[in-house]
Amino acid sequence: MEISEIIQILLYIALLVMLTPVLGRFMTKVYMGKGHFMKPVLGWLEKFTYRLCSVDVQQEMDWKKYVSGLLIFNLFGFVIVFFLQLFQNQLPLNPQHLPNPSWHLSLNTAVSFMTNTNWQSYSGETTLSYLVQMLGLTVQNFVSAGTGMAVLLAVIRGLTAKTTKMLGNFWVDLTRSVLYILLPLSIIFSIVLVGQGVVQNFSHYTGSVTLEGATQVIPGGPAASQIAIKQLGTNGGGFFGTNSAHPFENPTPVSNFLEMLAILLIPAALTFTYGRFAGSNKQGWTLFIVMLILFTAGLMISLKSEFSMNPVFKTASNMEGKETRLGIANSVLWSVATTDASNGSVNAMEDSMTPLTGLIGMFNLMLGEIIFGGVGSGLYGMVVFIILTVFIAGLMVGRTPEYLGKRIEAFEVQMAILAVLAPCLIILVFSAIAVSTQQGLSGLSNSGPHGLSQILYAFSSGAGNNGSAFAGLSTNTVFYNLMLALAMLVGRFGVIIPVMAIAGNMSMKKITPPSSGTFRTDNWLFGILLIAVILIVGGLTFFPALALGPITEHFLMIGGISY
Amino acid sequence: MNSSNNNTLIALKMIVFFTILTGLLYPLLITSLAQVAFPSEANGSLKLKNGKVIGSELIGQSFNDSVYFWSRPSSSGYNAMPGSGSNLGPTSAMLKKMVEERKKNFITLNHLDNSVSIPSEMLFASGSGLDPHISKQSAILQVNRVATARKMSREQKEQLISLIEKHTEPPQLSLFGEERVNVLMLNLDVDKIKQ
Repeated sequence: MEISEIIQILLYIALLVMLTPVLGRFMTKVYMGKGHFMKPVLGWLEKFTYRLCSVDVQQEMDWKKYVSGLLIFNLFGFVIVFFLQLFQNQLPLNPQHLPNPSWHLSLNTAVSFMTNTNWQSYSGETTLSYLVQMLGLTVQNFVSAGTGMAVLLAVIRGLTAKTTKMLGNFWVDLTRSVLYILLPLSIIFSIVLVGQGVVQNFSHYTGSVTLEGATQVIPGGPAASQIAIKQLGTNGGGFFGTNSAHPFENPTPVSNFLEMLAILLIPAALTFTYGRFAGSNKQGWTLFIVMLILFTAGLMISLKSEFSMNPVFKTASNMEGKETRLGIANSVLWSVATTDASNGSVNAMEDSMTPLTGLIGMFNLMLGEIIFGGVGSGLYGMVVFIILTVFIAGLMVGRTPEYLGKRIEAFEVQMAILAVLAPCLIILVFSAIAVSTQQGLSGLSNSGPHGLSQILYAFSSGAGNNGSAFAGLSTNTVFYNLMLALAMLVGRFGVIIPVMAIAGNMSMKKITPPSSGTFRTDNWLFGILLIAVILIVGGLTFFPALALGPITEHFLMIGGISY
Repeated sequence: MNSSNNNTLIALKMIVFFTILTGLLYPLLITSLAQVAFPSEANGSLKLKNGKVIGSELIGQSFNDSVYFWSRPSSSGYNAMPGSGSNLGPTSAMLKKMVEERKKNFITLNHLDNSVSIPSEMLFASGSGLDPHISKQSAILQVNRVATARKMSREQKEQLISLIEKHTEPPQLSLFGEERVNVLMLNLDVDKIKQ
């Protein structure tokens, strides 16, 4: 590694730390309905939205009503994306006359974008019309992110409310997330990206004759507007097939750096917002630091692995699947940032990275994307681990567990376990099915332990709502499209529903003022316990599978063995 | 109206509203702004030669002729419909064989000594399959071959080297990313050297 690469990484982390309170404070004002600098600019649009959609701002919802509104809204979103694809050839803005994709691919893509996963069994430039990319995918990029942020808001209110059933209004939380946070940031970011070379047009693809006389078709489309929100909303679905490795999605090192920053910006800042709602900045910073420690540990292991010589190829560095302009350090930083967040974008091919880099990526997905995580979803996923940690700590010292002054009881722990186990079960059972059936194995492009890694990664990515892939696995088949769609649904709503149930139950409890006997959740001791619980739960659940996949491959590689 | 019906109606109105706002108005706004502020970039940074599009500055091209500097290996052969990486893993025997062949070919065809260390981007394919860049070192290793193929004089050969210097982009803002040479832009200038 060179000094300049280390500086880039340190600058990245420093900016993340600095921007967290700035954006976090702003989001607090937005969500508390207070005055903020965007209100004079966009306040009219917020009011207009409520009037148009008949939303009663004063009407609060209990957890069931909140979830039901969310589910119906998501269902409509799914239906729109599904049918837009099925009829894209009959609809406008399809200059390449791309045919209608199969029903199972359309279904997979619709579920994928609705759940903020952005798993892609297709390449955008040869599969989807501009209309589908805009009206279908760009919209879901916004509202699936908004949905995650809304759920987090409801959870925060549940944990901090004083004996009420009410958790806020889903429509208001969703609207504020999109109008004040996601949309303004996306507008600015899109224009910056175009300045770096990201395309933004509605033209027909350009036919060209290369210098040597070959023909080359150059794609186009409204890419920048989608890429901005794909990163800010931790979505990750590429406008083009090779995602952010594609020069039209990520043309320069600066676009790369800004996109990386956009990926973790909101999830990181939400920890600050969380602290504000909890009435103590320290609560928020404790979570931020826990996340930063896990992030840095993963990054260091990955960097070490990727910069080491691969004895199989006997070359100084591993550039397979990486872009010259970005180099190794930026590819690794991207890989760690995106797998920590639930962002499925890639700027280098995960499939071709060294086994330990792949292992870290996979492990991040398996933990449920809680190291910063998806917008909203990362932090409400972390709340689940907090509850488990408080519970386990309570058991150890023989005291009733409490969090933010509220008692953690059997119901909360049951729901927390459900939210942790549902995605784990899907990952392991579906991977087991895939490795023992012809339909599952026929998609593999690599043999040996790397093949197992490809399958394991796919279902971890689906159930973790990440969307990145060991892309050599051919998944545009009925088997994978449906299995992965199911994994994404369980990974999304199998966590949202129990977490909202926890919020609903917690909101009704009394707050006991802290005393000398209170187990504190804003200090180093708690941070360390939380990290331990995260690693033990994740590690014990998946260690056997990881040992057969990336760990075995690592030792084979060290021995110079290929197959 | 009971509350669940109420929720359904609001949900329907909401998704229609956000579809129009973020799916239609937002991309249209960005497109208009982009087409005014950065028309060339927004349309794909296209390069023209004699009035015809010969490619994009950002999209790599395949070069096989000895008179040109060569791009990196590409799994999609620089076909952009769609571009792709190999997705071969770090213990792939197939990739190992490909790397060995590329190494042998690069050394033989560029008349290099066996002991020369070849930058790894010339041995491995990119993720996009469309990487427009190579490292400066990779370009310099190709100078002899290009000069011989073009029957260049010593003076012209020196021009080649200075062209590589000219097209070597340092890390952006002196910090971000890697030093690199855009192969298409270099070759366009190489064609301009008087024979």
